[in-house]
Amino acid sequence: MQESPRHVEKEVRVLNSHGFHMRPATEFVTEAGKYACQIQVINGPTVVDGKSAMDLMLLGAVHGTVLKLVADGDDAEAAVLALAKLFEERFHVE
Amino acid sequence: MPLKRGIGVSTGVVVGTAFVLDTEEARISKRLIRPERAPEELAVVERAFEAARAEVAEERENFAARAGSELADIFGFHEHWLADQKPRHEINSLIEQKRYSATYAISVFMRRYRRRFSEMSSPYLQERAKDVLDIERRLLFHAGAETRIGVEELEEPVIIVAHDLTPSQIVKLEGSKNLLGFVTDLGGATSHTAIIASGLGVPAVVGLEDVTRQVSTGDTLVVDGLHGVVIINPDTVQLAEYNAQADHQRTVRAALAELRDLAAETKDGERIELLGNIEFPSEVSHCIDKGAMGIGLFRSEYLYMQQDEPPSEEEQYEAYREAVMAVGDKPLVIRTMDLGGDKIPHANWEVEKNPFLGLRSIRYSLQHLPMFRPQLRAILRASAHGDVRVMFPLISRIMELRQAKFVLSLVSEELEEEGYEFTPKIPIGVMVETPAAAICAKELARECDFLSIGTNDLIQYTLAVDRTNERVAQLYTPADPSIIRLIHGIIRDTHKLDVSLSMCGEMAGDPYFTILLLGLGLRTLSMAAGNIPRVKKIIRSISMDDAERVKRRVLSFETEREVLNYLRDETRKVWEEA
Repeated sequence: MQESPRHVEKEVRVLNSHGFHMRPATEFVTEAGKYACQIQVINGPTVVDGKSAMDLMLLGAVHGTVLKLVADGDDAEAAVLALAKLFEERFHVE
Repeated sequence: MPLKRGIGVSTGVVVGTAFVLDTEEARISKRLIRPERAPEELAVVERAFEAARAEVAEERENFAARAGSELADIFGFHEHWLADQKPRHEINSLIEQKRYSATYAISVFMRRYRRRFSEMSSPYLQERAKDVLDIERRLLFHAGAETRIGVEELEEPVIIVAHDLTPSQIVKLEGSKNLLGFVTDLGGATSHTAIIASGLGVPAVVGLEDVTRQVSTGDTLVVDGLHGVVIINPDTVQLAEYNAQADHQRTVRAALAELRDLAAETKDGERIELLGNIEFPSEVSHCIDKGAMGIGLFRSEYLYMQQDEPPSEEEQYEAYREAVMAVGDKPLVIRTMDLGGDKIPHANWEVEKNPFLGLRSIRYSLQHLPMFRPQLRAILRASAHGDVRVMFPLISRIMELRQAKFVLSLVSEELEEEGYEFTPKIPIGVMVETPAAAICAKELARECDFLSIGTNDLIQYTLAVDRTNERVAQLYTPADPSIIRLIHGIIRDTHKLDVSLSMCGEMAGDPYFTILLLGLGLRTLSMAAGNIPRVKKIIRSISMDDAERVKRRVLSFETEREVLNYLRDETRKVWEEA
């Protein structure tokens, strides 16, 4: 049985025309909270804790920004997959 | 008795008691605690977070019931923020390591956090500082900090002193009879505070930088909105002098108030239509109170600046309908969105080197039809309730007008198919605020129902001056001969055509220019409510011969200095209080 990788990174793009604003941030933090692994979101030099609403508020990524999701832990792969999907589905906002 | 100088944005003198809003320092009685008290303070923080979270959850539910509520989304996020363990841990460290009290720790931490937003480059993120402030206030309230009196509850006449005022705070304040004036740290000549204060006719001085640090609630203040002077706790001599001025102004204002129901008509019977400029529907009644015969400019921008996403068609329709109902059977001109991407919090904003010459206003609207169409739909739907007219800003070429009219006709068809009631041939207007529009006014006039000269931007574009740039702001003036000739040209080119002409920029409400504007040929002026009585007074004090004479003389001048001095003299001759 192949073990799920414990460190997973993935690039995602902000597709929402209004950027990563409050609705997406809420959906993101809700989803991230379901996983045990540590989750970070990186926007250039800024690294924030993906499970902290306080941190995510500082991200403010506009439409088109490419962010990097980094997860560490047993369920890292599942977490990154689910979160990346949210970005692709524009967080069900549009 | 320090005397501070700022930017006077609304004339008038008032002497009164200061009421300080939103001080950076919350009313926190105790800052440091004995180490043994730490566990108690930690518990206070925990309870405050839980109580705040429960409160926000309730607010979110309240708003979630309303369709498409952005506030529900915002509160949803605040809820997560308050559930996040991180802020609590940071605050608890301050209590344990620095012996801060719960309220002081919360205040210190939140202020630091809030500062990170103010330092960001994106206006959208800068706006988030207000959200943080909202959360901060909630936490402090639940942690037992002394409650600050809400903006709504002005129980006695006061002068508001604040760091900055948001449009919604001003809206809440403007209904109060106890509002004597505004004084703020931030703000410039064209800020919201400036526009609304002059609309209300109360003195206001902005840009004082740190007046909130130097004034406490209860201090006596002198505010001179004309000279931009604020005196804190004046001495007896200053008090006597300014009280006399304030009394005099009250007398003048009372005399002007008597003009309300009299016609805006010259001595020889020439009727002038005086209309009001508004930012919010709630200002309509204020304009009517001052004698307005309708609204010549309803700026729709506030709808786009308040929240995370563009306002929905329903939200806009509600706002426009509110204004129409308030104005009754009088005309209401709604101007479509006149912002640049930099001012719209939710826009796909990219830095422009010259936002003033960039993608804003009608250009932005025409390139963002998903945003433009709902606005036009909302305006048309509102027209079912009264005499609504639509006006397009910043038109610089006939194609833009044709495109805008085309979109309007598309949404008209849509609405008709959907069974909505609306005025089928809603009057369409163009704001003449670019030199291009001024030069081609005749061509524009043939394809619309009315033109309104927007002098604020017209002067900036024509004289190539940014009035918010302190280094050149003094070059901005309606009295420049080029501007007067330009306006004269617009009127000459269009007066034989079947188009109504008005002016809605600040120049229209400046009593020194009234005689000239009448002489140049204008018969409709739209202005902030506070200016209507004064302008009416001038109109009633002159004949059209006077106006003609003044026009001829002014057109012969070469400098703005000559123009201004002459107009001041002529105006004071007919009304010494001018």
